[in-house]
Amino acid sequence: MYDYGTFSFDSKAEVLEQSKTFWNPGKTQFWIDEGVDLVIDRRQDYYLWDMSGRRLIDLHLNGGTYSLGHRNPEVVQAVNEATEYFDIGNHHFPSVARTALAQRLVESAPASITKVAYGTGGGEAIDIAIKSARHATKRRKIVSIVKAYHGHTGLAVASGDDRFAKIFLSDRPDEFVQVPFGDIDAMEKVLSAGDVAAVLMETIPATYGFPLPPPGYLEATKALTEKYGSLYIADEVQTGLMRTGEMWAITKHGIEPDIIVTGKGLSGGMYPITAAMLSDRAGQWLNEDGFAHISTFGGAELGCVAGIKTLEISGRPEVRSTVHYIADLFAHGLRRIQSDNPDWFVGIRQNGVVIGLEFDHPEGAKFVMRELYENGVWAIFSTLDPRVLQFKPGILLSHEICEDVLDRLDVAVRSAEKAARERRPS
Amino acid sequence: MTSAAQARTLLERARWAARAYSGYDKAAVAAIVTAAADAGYAAAERFAEAAVAETEMGVVEHKIIKNRACSRGIVEYYRDEDLVSPRIDAARKIVEIPRPAGVVLAITPTTNPVATVYFKVMLSLMTRNAVVVAPHPRAKQCSADAARVLAEAAVNAGAPDGIIQVIDEPSIPLVEAMMADERTDVIVATGGTGVVRAAYSSGNPALGVGPGNVPVFVDATADINAAAQRIVDSKAFDNSVLCTNESVLIVEESVAEKMRGALTRNGAYVLDRDEAALLREFMFPFGRLNTDVVGRDAAWIAGQAGLRVTPKTRVLIAPFELVVSEESLAHEKLSPVLGMTTVADTERGIRAAQAAVRIGGAGHSAAIHSENPSVIADFAAAVPVLRVSVNVGNSTGSAGLETNLAPSMTLGTGFVGRSSLGENLQPHNLMNWVRVAYNSDADVRMPNFAGVSPWRSPTGPVPEYPRPSNEWDTPPLPHHNGRTPTPSRTSEPSIDALRAELRRLVAEELAQLIKR
Repeated sequence: MYDYGTFSFDSKAEVLEQSKTFWNPGKTQFWIDEGVDLVIDRRQDYYLWDMSGRRLIDLHLNGGTYSLGHRNPEVVQAVNEATEYFDIGNHHFPSVARTALAQRLVESAPASITKVAYGTGGGEAIDIAIKSARHATKRRKIVSIVKAYHGHTGLAVASGDDRFAKIFLSDRPDEFVQVPFGDIDAMEKVLSAGDVAAVLMETIPATYGFPLPPPGYLEATKALTEKYGSLYIADEVQTGLMRTGEMWAITKHGIEPDIIVTGKGLSGGMYPITAAMLSDRAGQWLNEDGFAHISTFGGAELGCVAGIKTLEISGRPEVRSTVHYIADLFAHGLRRIQSDNPDWFVGIRQNGVVIGLEFDHPEGAKFVMRELYENGVWAIFSTLDPRVLQFKPGILLSHEICEDVLDRLDVAVRSAEKAARERRPS
Repeated sequence: MTSAAQARTLLERARWAARAYSGYDKAAVAAIVTAAADAGYAAAERFAEAAVAETEMGVVEHKIIKNRACSRGIVEYYRDEDLVSPRIDAARKIVEIPRPAGVVLAITPTTNPVATVYFKVMLSLMTRNAVVVAPHPRAKQCSADAARVLAEAAVNAGAPDGIIQVIDEPSIPLVEAMMADERTDVIVATGGTGVVRAAYSSGNPALGVGPGNVPVFVDATADINAAAQRIVDSKAFDNSVLCTNESVLIVEESVAEKMRGALTRNGAYVLDRDEAALLREFMFPFGRLNTDVVGRDAAWIAGQAGLRVTPKTRVLIAPFELVVSEESLAHEKLSPVLGMTTVADTERGIRAAQAAVRIGGAGHSAAIHSENPSVIADFAAAVPVLRVSVNVGNSTGSAGLETNLAPSMTLGTGFVGRSSLGENLQPHNLMNWVRVAYNSDADVRMPNFAGVSPWRSPTGPVPEYPRPSNEWDTPPLPHHNGRTPTPSRTSEPSIDALRAELRRLVAEELAQLIKR
């Protein structure tokens, strides 16, 4: 008997059955077929427990949602205390919590950023960003990269890979153009037509397996947007909030974007909230027609409180320092493991604790994911490039857990190679 | 206010720094220790002034001396002690490898804020520990500034980032949470009984030291003039804020009158019975120490108590009859006020000293001025303290500044004083040694370990700035903090020469304070 207060289940098997019946049969079955029979039960710090009681170290973090760990005690306390006073709030009116978080986000960002518009999910914040760019430029076209992923709402899904758009007849090739990542000539070619509202780009494309931008690529793209009157939208949903060792990864490139989109980790995984941070130019509509974009739950005040606390924790000098230590340890540890398996473990893509591990097999990351899962670590393959394992350490990790993870990875990488060479992926 | 939860992120950073620093070699540690000590020494005057301004306690010129002693002085004292390299005992076939404690939580007091910060930080750096300073709330500004000066110097000299941290907004719940945190490896607590007991109750290893209540006995064989001068100097030193300052003067009756005269000649004012009553009333309203007097000068205290003394008065001598707990003047005063009582003979003098320590200060220190070794031995055996300074002022005597005890701002009070530390806190208290022991059978040979060292010098900033991996093969970018890697300096002859000169200058300067 699993008693969760407002509901209960007799067994994990019952959950899986009911999940298929009432929720999502495709997704439920997928993981069973993948050999990852996980139904997350208890969760704390950087640990997850399956309903079977098995413990996993979380190196997935839902793309950084749990960057501060699961149920971070400081965020939990802030949200708990906030529920004594706040609810979601009324989105029609000025609000203490929305204003307070907006001010802190602006202060955390490059000088170009002056306003904040809130959403509930990453897709909504991307939609706001695209709408803002279109309003500012009076152009419709959005340029993103091949294999891009920016979420699942109307405009966001259209800007991403067909994988998620076509099934819902939501692709719009006339307005959403994709260019190969790293190809500055292709970028210039499409921008030079002068009809592009914005370039939308993850600073390191997560779902594509964290390919790192070639040196100078983002800088050159930003210069081109200026040259051709387009805006630059930095999608920092996975790269922001100190994960690269700075609050926003784009600042490591010296770029002051027109829009920064943040989500996932913004509220410590305790309450959904996302934001599009806008420059004066991108946020012009907020002066013209403040009711132009409305979201009942966007900027929910409880989420704002969680966001304020998360931003404060992430911005502490000691946390920044800790991220540098974690990144340094993994940089050395991963290179060591790679040098022992050079023909299999063929690439390390790392910027801070944003890490992708590349394996020599079309679905190499799935093998490593399974072996890690067997060895008590949960890390996920990249949907749009399954050769690459997303390897996402938290930003408050202790060195013991990092060393523990490296020991487990060392074993998993070897056994995954054996499995991959012996049979095809399931 | 720094929250208890926030302290966890701070301690976690300290653990990372400690992990990195524990692998540093002797040359790298020496460079860091020297740089931090030099920075502390250079700022000794500034922080002496800042401490007096913030706490309204003590004397600037004396705090300068302490700050110097606790920066370069302490480094000079331990210059020849190698706390980093493995030690080889070929005869016993044992190799000892030093293992730092890890994260030192340094709780520092309001009475000696900067000197204690310096002292605990320097000891931590010498032993390759990370340190988090939790200052007393009433001295938080100067303590935090001092810690930061040392931190910046240490990191610029190659120490890991975050090796020295400080709590800017300390509070009792915060410090209690940090003491109990599993990330803390050892607590070094200096302060009141409350904080020391809390340190021991925390569940973490602790080196706590308790308060003093120092009896000083002058017997008939003593050089009375010298004793009077030393006692007055000691009481006037930093207005008696050192826990080692004399609290109760016990004089053999046969030399009492001579003693009073000598005290007066050296700048003390001996109160009469009525004046002592006025002073008692002001200093101990309802029998409890009025903390306003702590570290104030004698003339200020006399004025507040309604006594008329000359502004040059350095110490107030308050006579009383019996050393018993209800006599306020027999308690610790932390101010240039000295209780005085007379005894018929040495036996009663020793009993009076025992009585003073019964009131407070068990395990701490006592002083005696005497030429009679058997009296001194009886005194030391009978009075439950762990250091007895002889023919020297106790403020600086028991603290090792004017004796050959280890110079220290943190004096262990031992089992009798409910502490695990019985000596003056020294670097080796903050580390362990791993004993690598060979089979004692003569047929099993231990190879030569000379020159074998598991430690390294860092080759750049620690940690490395997180550059993207597709740029790892290019030269390092400038560090975010403008920090550049500091190469090990020991191999450069010009630096060695400079250091020798520096050592000579420092040794000269500290000759009065610290004797080898």
